[in-house]
Amino acid sequence: MSPKHDIEFALNGIRQRVTVPATMNTLEMLRDVLGLTGTKYGCGEGECGACTIQVDGVSMNSCLMFAVDCDGRELTTIEGLANDTRADALRASFVEHGAVQCGFCTPGMVMQADHLLHKHPEPDAETIKAGIEGNICRCTGYKKIVDAIACVGCTNK
Amino acid sequence: MNVVAKKPRTIPESSLIGTRIPKMDAPEKASGRTRYIHDINLSGQLYGKILRSARVHARIVAIDTSAAKALPGVHVVLTAADVPDQRPIGVARDHFPLKGDRVRSQRDEIAAVAAESEEIAAAALKLIKVVYEDLPVIADPEDAIKPGAPLLHPAPAGAQPAGATVAHRGKADNIAMRFDYAHGDVVQGEAESDVVIEDTFKLHYVTHCCMGVSGMIAEFDASGSLLMYSNTQVPFLHKREFAEYLNMDPARVRIIQPPIGGGFGSKLDIYPFEVICLFLARAARRPVKLVFSREEEFLASPTRQPVLLTLRSGCKKDGTLTFRQVHTLHDNGAYTSWGATTPFVMMQTFSSLYRVPHCDYHTVAVYTNNPYAGSFRGYGNLQATFAIEQQMDEMAAAIGMDPLAFRLKNAQHTGEVTGQGMEFKSCGFTDCLNTAAQRSDFSRKFADNAAERNQPGHLKRGIGMASMLHVGGGAKIYPSDGCGTILKMDDFANVTLITGASEIGQGSETVLSQLVCEELGLPISALTVVNNDTAITPWDVGVHASRTTFIAGNSAIGAAKKAKTKILAVAAQKFGCTAEELDLRGGCVIKAADGEVVTELSKLIRNLHFSDKAELVMTTFYYEPPSVHQGKDYKGDVSAAYAWATQVVEVEVDTDTGIVRMLKVTGAHDVGRVLNRLGIEGQVEGGIVMGQGYALTENLMIENGVMKNPNFRDYKLITAPEIPEMDVSFIESMDGEGPQGAKGIGEAPAICIAAATANAIANATGVRLYDLPFTPERVYRALHGQTPKLYWKPWVPAA
Ligand code: FES
Ligand code: FES
Repeated sequence: MSPKHDIEFALNGIRQRVTVPATMNTLEMLRDVLGLTGTKYGCGEGECGACTIQVDGVSMNSCLMFAVDCDGRELTTIEGLANDTRADALRASFVEHGAVQCGFCTPGMVMQADHLLHKHPEPDAETIKAGIEGNICRCTGYKKIVDAIACVGCTNK
Repeated sequence: MNVVAKKPRTIPESSLIGTRIPKMDAPEKASGRTRYIHDINLSGQLYGKILRSARVHARIVAIDTSAAKALPGVHVVLTAADVPDQRPIGVARDHFPLKGDRVRSQRDEIAAVAAESEEIAAAALKLIKVVYEDLPVIADPEDAIKPGAPLLHPAPAGAQPAGATVAHRGKADNIAMRFDYAHGDVVQGEAESDVVIEDTFKLHYVTHCCMGVSGMIAEFDASGSLLMYSNTQVPFLHKREFAEYLNMDPARVRIIQPPIGGGFGSKLDIYPFEVICLFLARAARRPVKLVFSREEEFLASPTRQPVLLTLRSGCKKDGTLTFRQVHTLHDNGAYTSWGATTPFVMMQTFSSLYRVPHCDYHTVAVYTNNPYAGSFRGYGNLQATFAIEQQMDEMAAAIGMDPLAFRLKNAQHTGEVTGQGMEFKSCGFTDCLNTAAQRSDFSRKFADNAAERNQPGHLKRGIGMASMLHVGGGAKIYPSDGCGTILKMDDFANVTLITGASEIGQGSETVLSQLVCEELGLPISALTVVNNDTAITPWDVGVHASRTTFIAGNSAIGAAKKAKTKILAVAAQKFGCTAEELDLRGGCVIKAADGEVVTELSKLIRNLHFSDKAELVMTTFYYEPPSVHQGKDYKGDVSAAYAWATQVVEVEVDTDTGIVRMLKVTGAHDVGRVLNRLGIEGQVEGGIVMGQGYALTENLMIENGVMKNPNFRDYKLITAPEIPEMDVSFIESMDGEGPQGAKGIGEAPAICIAAATANAIANATGVRLYDLPFTPERVYRALHGQTPKLYWKPWVPAA
C-alpha cells in the first residue's frame, strides 16, 4: 500500500479534509472516498472527458490529477454546479436541445461547457466544437450538444 | 347532458405527435444525479476481477491460486476446477465462463477473485500462476477453412469427469455457422445481363465503445434467490438463461436495470464476466460488484463482425438489375455470439433492397483465435450495404446512367413482395432517394465533381449516395416478439406506465409516455415510467432490432386505449350520455363535438375511488405483431414493417495526404411517422456520426489474435470538430401497423454512411476503395496506385 497523505481543499464550496493514498487520482477520491458519483470514469487516461471537473475555475480531467494535488485548491464538480444560475441555464439547454441520450458523457460535457462559457461568453459553433474536443459522446453525434451550448451563449448576448 | 357548467370552458384539439419533447430523464442526467451501475454500491459488497489469458491459443497445463487465496482481504478465488457444474454459454453454447483446459483468445477468462477492494482483487490476480502450452494460432479466417486446418473446437479428449458438461462435443471443422439462400436462378440472370461486375470487399473490426463500461452487481439472499443489477438489453430472456447457468429456478432470478451508459447492441448476449460475477457472489455469500476498466472493455467486449465478401451482380443496358451472387466469410472469433447470425440480416439487403429477380447467397462464419463478434447497431447491414451500394454505382457507371436514376429504376415500392417473400406494406424508398438527392443537389454535384476531378489541385470534392432497408416493426428472431404494458392511474389522474421495454438511452420512456398521453389527453408531466425491474414489469423480448417504438409503443397504446374506454364508460354513466359523445383532452373529460369541458379527469377518478362501487383505473395489454415467420429457406417476412433511408455524403479528399474530410450528410429516412422529433433527430445524428467513425477512423487492430489498440488514444472515435453538417429529413409513410404510423429508427442511420463515403471518394478521385476504414494511409496508397485489387475467391463448401 502506498503512503497516505492528509489534504485539505474546498469541494463545491465546502471545506474538506481527507486522507488519501499517494497513488490515488482525483476521480477515485471524488467517487470512492467522498461518494460524489456525478463525475464519471470513461477511460482513466485523459482521453474521454467523462471525468471533467473544474479546479480553481479551470476544467481538468480528474482521472489525470493526483488526489494529493488537490491540497489547497478549489474543486467544482457537476454536483457543485447546481447553485449557479448560468449553470442552470446550461443544464436546461442540454435538456431542451436533446443533448442528452444515455447521459454518461453529460456531466463531463456540462463541466467543460461551463468552463468554455467562462472563457468565451458568446462562442460560435467552431469555438464550441474545439472546446469540447476532448469530450467523447458515443450517442448524440455532438450536434445537439453544440446547439445546446450555443443557445446558452446567445442568451448571454 | 345534465352538466352544471358555470362558464363552459372548451379545450381546443392538439397533438403531441411530431413535437419536440425533451427526454424525461435528461434533467437528472444533466445534473449528475443519475446512478449508473458504477455508482451503485451495496453494503457488504465485494469487488470481483477476472484473470484473462496471457496467450492467444494455448493449453492450460496448470493453475496455482494458493498465493492469491492467502492474500489478506481475498474472499474467493475461482477457476474452472472450482465450478465443475458450469454450463456452456453463448448463442451456440460453445464456451464456458471460466476456461479449464484451453484458451482460444486473448480475452479468455481463466480465474476470478472476489476481495474487499478493487486493489486487493487486482493484487490477487497477479499472484495467480498459470502454465501454458502454446498451440498454433489461427488468425486468418481463410486459413481456418482450409482443409486440414487445426481445429479450434475439437472433440474433448478422453473421458469427462462424472457430472461434467462439455461446451460441445467437438466440431470436425472450424465452421461456426452457415447460411445459404437463393431465389430465382442466377445462371439465367447472368445470361440475361449486359453488364456483370464482381468485387471483393473487406470489412474490419470495430467495437461499441459505450461510454459507460460493462459491469454487474450480483447478490443472493438468505433463501438463495438472486438479485442482479445488470445492463442487459434483454432482461426477460436472460433471467431464464442465467437461471439455467446456475441450475436454479428462473422464478428466483430478479434483474434490475440501472440506467445504462450506452448499448448499441453490446448487451444482447450473456458474457462470461456476468456468469463469473454470479459464481463469485454465490461462493462468497456476499454481494459482488464486477466492473470493467476501459482496456478490459476493449479486450472483452464483442465487436462488429469482420467480413470478407465477394459480390457479383449484373444488369441490363436499360438499368434493370438481373442477378446478384454473394459469398461471404465471417470471422466469428473464438466463440459464437450474435455476430454469427448477422448474415441473416445481410441476406435481406442483398435479396430485397432492390428488385433482384435472381439472388444466390452463401455465407460461413468460421472460428479463429480472434475476439468474438456480437451484435452491433445495424447487425450486418453496414457490411452488406457497403458492398451493394458501391456496386450499384459501378454498374450505373458501366451503363452510363446517373446513380440516382439507376437506383430509382430498381427501388422497391409499397405493396411489393420481394423474391425473398418480404412484403412492403409501407415503403417510402423512392421518396427517400428523391428527397436526399434534391436536398443535396446530388446529380449536379456528382457530374461537376467528376468533371473537375482532373483539374489541378490536391483538394477534391466528392458526393456519394447509399440507401438501406432494415427491420422497422420488430423482428421475429425469437418465438415471440411481444411486449406487455401495465397502466395505472392514480386519483390525481397521473399515470404510471409499467412497460417491459428497456431504456438504453434511446428515449423509449419518453416516446412511450407520449403515445399514452396522446390517447389519454394528458401532459407528459402526468406520466411516470417504470421499466427496469423484472419483478415489476411485464414481459418483453428485449431492446434490439429497432423494435421498441413499434412493439412497446403499440403495447402502451393498447393499454391506454383500454384505460380510456374504462374512463369514458364511467363518465358517460355519470353524466348521462354515451361514451362516444365524450373524449379526453387537457386532463379533462370533454364533449367530443366541441371540446367543452365536462369534468376534470382527476375529479372523476377520485369520485370513482370513493364511491361504493370503488374502482381503480388499471389496465394491462400485450402486443404481439401480426404473425410473421420465415421458413427454413428464409422465405417470408421477418418484420411487421420495414424502414428505408437514403443518405448522401459529401467529402473533401486531400490527394497529397489521403485525408478524407466528411463535409455534409443529407439523410432522408422513412420512419413511418415522426413521434418525438427531438428524439428521432438525436437517433439519426448519433447514427450518422457512428457511421462516420466506421468509415473513416475506427479500427480495432488485431494482429495474430492480439489487440493492439485497446484504448481511446489509438482507437480513434469521432470528436466534435470532425462532425459533418447534417441535414435530416423524415419521410412519413404512415405504416398501418405502426403506433400512430411510426416505424423503428434505432439502427438505420448508421448503415449507409460507409458505403456513401466510398462512393463520394470515388466521385472525387475516380478511385474506388473496397476495404475499410478510409484512413489517410489507405486512401493515399489507393490514390497512388499502391493497392492491388482485392480478390477473395469464394469458398465452395464440400457437398
Ligand atoms: S476518465 Fe478521465 S478522461 Fe476519461
Ligand atoms: S449521451 Fe451517451 S455518451 Fe453522450
